[in-house]
Amino acid sequence: MSGHVFHPGHSALHGMTVVVETAGALTYVGRYDREDSAGVHLLDVGVHDLNSASAKEEYILRSSKFGVRGEHRHVVVPVDQVARITQLANWEPARSS
Amino acid sequence: MPYNPALVAPMRAEVTQLGARELTTADEVDAALGDQRGSMLVFVNSVCGCAAGNARPALALALKHAVVPQQVVTVFAGQDLDAVARVRQYFADYQPSSPSMALLRDGEVVHFVHRHQIEGRSPQAVAADLTSAFDKFCGAVV
Repeated sequence: MSGHVFHPGHSALHGMTVVVETAGALTYVGRYDREDSAGVHLLDVGVHDLNSASAKEEYILRSSKFGVRGEHRHVVVPVDQVARITQLANWEPARSS
Repeated sequence: MPYNPALVAPMRAEVTQLGARELTTADEVDAALGDQRGSMLVFVNSVCGCAAGNARPALALALKHAVVPQQVVTVFAGQDLDAVARVRQYFADYQPSSPSMALLRDGEVVHFVHRHQIEGRSPQAVAADLTSAFDKFCGAVV
């Protein structure tokens, strides 16, 4: 990030395309809108399920190269499910401990 | 619903004054991209204040580079709906995003800059990516 607020008056991530990795099987890629008591609100969201045929890394890298396939207009990810939020442009696989 | 034309006029002008040819209908898109030869940059303009607000200056910087595409055309997302829908048919492998930029060589997309590659980055950084692609794909064919 360049350090400036992308959309003044909103959170630093507002309007950014992010990867939201969760504690469960689902990973979301979409535009960050806001966070409130319901969770993290994403718009125009693609979803990867660990139980699907493709690997999560492959899905995210493909989204980065070819764009996000928005399957859902609006998704709310409960905060307690969120493991990591990363800008899609900066996403790298998490280092295993 | 398209944006108020008066609102987008300065955003259009910011791109057309760089020499980009505006395509506002599907027919104009087909005429420009249908049998495209050489190098062409397609700039998908948009209203988004922050991403597009970086993309337009990035384009301006990149077009000052020594090597540039032979043609630059532009469509306006959320405004010229038919033209944008048609132009996206030419980039069928890529998901729609705006603003975005596609560099074509002989009708093939050889480099694509998505909105997520513009968000939060400086115009200089985006321009550097573009000029790198210009150097790679827009030079003389030997």
